[in-house]
Amino acid sequence: MHNDDLIPYLLLLGDSALIQGQRLCQWCGHAPALEEELALMNVGLDLIGQARNWLEYAAELLDDGRDADALAFRRDERAFHNLLLVEQPNGDFAVTMTKQFLYDAWHLAMLQGLCASSDPRIAGIAAKALKEVTYHLRRSGEWVQRLGGGTDESRRRMLAAIPALWRFTVELSQGSESETRLAAAGIAADPGQVGQAWLAQVSAIFASVELPQPTPASHFYLSGRKGLHTEHLGLLLAEMQFLPRAYPDAIW
Amino acid sequence: MYAQLVETGVKRVKSLEEMSPEERHFQEKIDAEIKIEPKNWMPEAYRQTLIRQISQHAHSEIVGMLPESNWVTRAPSLKRKLQLMAKIQDEAGHGLYLYSAMETLGADRDEEIAKLHSGKAKYSSIFNYPTLSWADMGAVGWLVDGAAIVNQVVLQRTSYGPYSRAMIRICKEESFHQRQGYELLLTMMRHGTQAQKDMVQDAINRLWWPSLMMFGPSDEHSPNSAQSMAWKIKRQTNDELRQRFIDQTVPQLELLGCTAPDPELKWNAERGHYDFGEIQWDEFYEVIKGNGPCNQERVATRRQAIEDGAWVREAAVAYARKQQNKNAA
Repeated sequence: MHNDDLIPYLLLLGDSALIQGQRLCQWCGHAPALEEELALMNVGLDLIGQARNWLEYAAELLDDGRDADALAFRRDERAFHNLLLVEQPNGDFAVTMTKQFLYDAWHLAMLQGLCASSDPRIAGIAAKALKEVTYHLRRSGEWVQRLGGGTDESRRRMLAAIPALWRFTVELSQGSESETRLAAAGIAADPGQVGQAWLAQVSAIFASVELPQPTPASHFYLSGRKGLHTEHLGLLLAEMQFLPRAYPDAIW
Repeated sequence: MYAQLVETGVKRVKSLEEMSPEERHFQEKIDAEIKIEPKNWMPEAYRQTLIRQISQHAHSEIVGMLPESNWVTRAPSLKRKLQLMAKIQDEAGHGLYLYSAMETLGADRDEEIAKLHSGKAKYSSIFNYPTLSWADMGAVGWLVDGAAIVNQVVLQRTSYGPYSRAMIRICKEESFHQRQGYELLLTMMRHGTQAQKDMVQDAINRLWWPSLMMFGPSDEHSPNSAQSMAWKIKRQTNDELRQRFIDQTVPQLELLGCTAPDPELKWNAERGHYDFGEIQWDEFYEVIKGNGPCNQERVATRRQAIEDGAWVREAAVAYARKQQNKNAA
């Protein structure tokens, strides 16, 4: 019963990092400045590394012969548990940085909670990831400020990016019953606290450059946690998984 | 070589007697292996040659991200994806070091990048070849980075201090990625399926000759070399470096269990070197001129990235200015 809650939770963490990392890979060679090429790849590298740690643990608990690579490259979209937010297309740099910021703020709150997990494996992975995500959030928060408080054009783009992404944030402000059970057992981060910390962080950065204060997003029937994704994930996976799918017996 | 055809604008190397006192003092420092530093006097042609060479080298790092970005979204395992991302990140970093080294000569990064986008400035011909399979990521790491390292190891002793120091830092990272590239191919050859082995051999077939071209024209057709060698910007000739690369690479090729697409490649005990076939110089010059398989796509992609990102850079500048004003008030 414990694993029935824990495995999807590890997949929520691992898949979200993996898909966000994959989206960042798509920026390679196309960033607005050389420093950003470096930073986008750096953040992506951190996230894929974290994804590997979470998926390895999930694979051990699953104990069905699959490893982290099999989970990343052989699951269909209905079995992915990532946040809907991170599978959204990159759009322009304002969309990418807003998406990154909304995710980072949630991610940081999650990891802060998880550092105190009674599961030492989780606490260990979270402690390492927390250092990286602290940097990610600082960077994406600064970009939200630069773009929101920069030129008329950059502000116009931020004002378009926020509502385009905001509708996917219910999943960040609210956890699931399963997570509440895990949190009560001292394993998961408390979803209520994560939601509050996330919103406080977002509100503070938005307020600092007078971006409109967000109101709670309304519920979707889609849910990354349940494997009910937007149409974007299937295409993303088709590209990401092509080689292991096409050469199932290969060793890379 | 990441900078394979650099004009010095000098027809004939002057003797010490023909030089002005300044030039002579400069040449004596060079001959004594004393590094030239940004504030030292240097001949204008030396400065311009270095700007061309270092900017070509920097552009190569940046354009060189594109053939890899083609596969980073399709890397077949988490480990390989991480390795490739780390490599691409390092390349962006190498580009930054090199642009900084170039700026110590009084050149402007944005101006030099504009020359790349207008087709005026060159970058290594190798990056005008497409990456058509995952094995190309290994072959690029092994052969292309391998060729770059042979060149760059020598450039650690180049006469201009900032360039030499950039090369020392870059070589450390580059060697690591080259070993990873080779290990990638070795894994496919030793543990992979027949389809994977075929993929590796095909990648080598396509990238072998373009890698040899990275060292630039043969010495007899390299009119700029004499001056670059006299200034010790270059420390060894194109053909010497190419031979060294082949000599060290053929045993690695054999260890893989692959072959080179060169029927004339064989050990020459008398010379103590491998003999090899003639490079298709027509192809080399066409690629250098912009007529290779991917020249247009590569430059267009870079130009597009910088054009699309203009509003982002403007926003960063505007925001920084507002913050400054706020702090001043």
